[in-house]
Amino acid sequence: MGEAALLLVWPALLGYSEAALAYVGETIRPGRLGRYAIWGVRLGWLAQTALLVAQAVAADGFPWDSWAGSLNLFVWMCVGAYLIWGCRAPFRLLGLAVMPPAAALFVLSWTAGGAGSSGRTEFGSVFLALHVGLVIAAFAGFTIAAGLAAVYLWQNRRLKRRSPSVLRVRAPSLATLDTLIARTIAVALPALTLGIGVGLGRLGEEGGSFDAIMAFAVATWVVYAAFLVLRYEAGWRGKRAAYLAFTGFLLVVALRLVAVPVAHF
Amino acid sequence: MALVLVGTSYLVAPVELRERMSFDAEGGAELASRIAGAGGEAVALSTCNRVCVYASADDPQAARARALGELASLAGLDPGELEPSVYTKLDDEAAHHLFRVAAGLDSMIPGEAQILGQVRAAYEASDQRGLAGPVTHRVFRQALHAGRRVRNETAIGETPASVSAAAAELAARVFDDLPSRRVLIIGAGKMGELAAADLISRGVGSLVVANRSLSRGVQVAERLGGTAVPFAELLSEVARADVVIASTGSQGLVLSAKEVEHGLRNRRGHPIFFIDIAVPRDLDPAINEIDGCFLYDIDDLERVVEQSLAGRRNEAARAEAIVEEEAESFRAWQRSLEVVPAIASLRRRAEEIRSAELARAGSRLEGLSPRQRLAVESLTSQIVNKLLHVPTVRLKEAAAAADGTAYADTMRHLFDLSDEDR
Repeated sequence: MGEAALLLVWPALLGYSEAALAYVGETIRPGRLGRYAIWGVRLGWLAQTALLVAQAVAADGFPWDSWAGSLNLFVWMCVGAYLIWGCRAPFRLLGLAVMPPAAALFVLSWTAGGAGSSGRTEFGSVFLALHVGLVIAAFAGFTIAAGLAAVYLWQNRRLKRRSPSVLRVRAPSLATLDTLIARTIAVALPALTLGIGVGLGRLGEEGGSFDAIMAFAVATWVVYAAFLVLRYEAGWRGKRAAYLAFTGFLLVVALRLVAVPVAHF
Repeated sequence: MALVLVGTSYLVAPVELRERMSFDAEGGAELASRIAGAGGEAVALSTCNRVCVYASADDPQAARARALGELASLAGLDPGELEPSVYTKLDDEAAHHLFRVAAGLDSMIPGEAQILGQVRAAYEASDQRGLAGPVTHRVFRQALHAGRRVRNETAIGETPASVSAAAAELAARVFDDLPSRRVLIIGAGKMGELAAADLISRGVGSLVVANRSLSRGVQVAERLGGTAVPFAELLSEVARADVVIASTGSQGLVLSAKEVEHGLRNRRGHPIFFIDIAVPRDLDPAINEIDGCFLYDIDDLERVVEQSLAGRRNEAARAEAIVEEEAESFRAWQRSLEVVPAIASLRRRAEEIRSAELARAGSRLEGLSPRQRLAVESLTSQIVNKLLHVPTVRLKEAAAAADGTAYADTMRHLFDLSDEDR
């Protein structure tokens, strides 16, 4: 079963890579490539879903407890969240921000063993499913919010510079992007809160010390909580809000790519 | 039946001549009716840029002469006087031209959006009067398909082609929920009205006009379906607006960056889009430096339009390839028509043989019940149909590949078919 699961890596990787390249092409020359890209995303995501199902069936416990395994799950959630809006033509630009990193992270996860089957985990499956699942879901939401923030800042810059080609590439309006950034964070933050809560609960039961991962997770929570307070209470919108969403995302990147690998190895 | 196009456009005739020949939907159907004659087919199309008549007739020269005569009559000229200002195209060239027209490739602005609807309306007007037949049905349906393909598969019509459309499109890049947005027009200039009209067509929520002369502001507001406010309330209105269009005749700035910054304090970060189409400019260029404010003047908008038109011209090459594909498909269909008489003749001959043989066997079939006779009729028909199916399909395929006439002649020779249907 584990070998069969690995075979699903290829269609997923092919779909994501095709989508990444097609989005680059669509940005250079808008036209049909955007449509081909969205099909790559859909097919790749379906293949990755099948891969995750195969991993779950083959695993003796929660299969995404390793750093590479959770990266695999993270990519799947990011692409899934992107698919909610990505099918609409104005959001194709967001695909340029999401799909190339998704394809690269998927390759990273695969080469690090995240697409294979894992052995028994040291924690209970319920705890892992809740803690890892919630935290990864929140991170996927923050990543999409950062992608939206990147598109916002790019679009804002082009409009400010009054570039003659400002209308060449279709993009969502600034107001829409601004609203979506806030809503995505408003959905993702409760997931992170619950994920941290479950983690702290386990810490209380089984003992352990406050480590770098927890410090990064709490710092991330603080930044995004501040984002929501400032957005809805102090009226922070536009560029300032986009930069703040980006700051939070830098903490997510630091946590995923620095703190977690250091703790695992 | 040949397809004939007789028409004129901005490329060959001045507007003074085109406007004399132009007609509305009803006039177009009447014109088509006169040109089609008894049992013929015709569709007449009139737009800002062209007047065209598409007819299908056995005698293309006669159809051309009728169309030229009718167009000359509309123009108040003799056919000979009009002749240098019209073009004539036949069969696949006429179809290719219509496909280009429907795709917006024959328009002054490549990818113009209205033309597809105008082609559809002209076709439907003729169809309703029974003036469309097999050839016009085919060519117009395919033209509409070609037009839709060009819209869907290229970006030729996605960018604006005028300053007012560019302003509206830019506003939509800041807010796409225009029905909930408020537009403020400063001044009562014609350009401001035009820019506002484009936004109104996109369904803006409310519109306010602030003009130094309130009565003139009221007139403009009434025309646009908005309300007028005294000029003294300008700053408070700026704070409430989402899109501001300035087009006064003022010699100095009407709004400074400081005034705007002060007015935006209570907007809680909501953006505002300024369009300054006045010369000299009404709005302080420094407004663009304020966070959440976007300011475009007339030069900025013209540069956007220029770039947009260049993009349309680039996309036109891809659109031409689509039109060529459709034209090739029409040519194949037209060639397949060449073998239709031969196929009809072959089937008639087969049916004659079948009926004759059944009649000859009449005495031997007398003992059959009506149900059994019906079964024999059905059986013999099925045998004939099955025998003729493959030759019919092959003949149509050969026709599409341009060998149709040779195959049809061979078949006539082999089966000794009459030439009456040629």
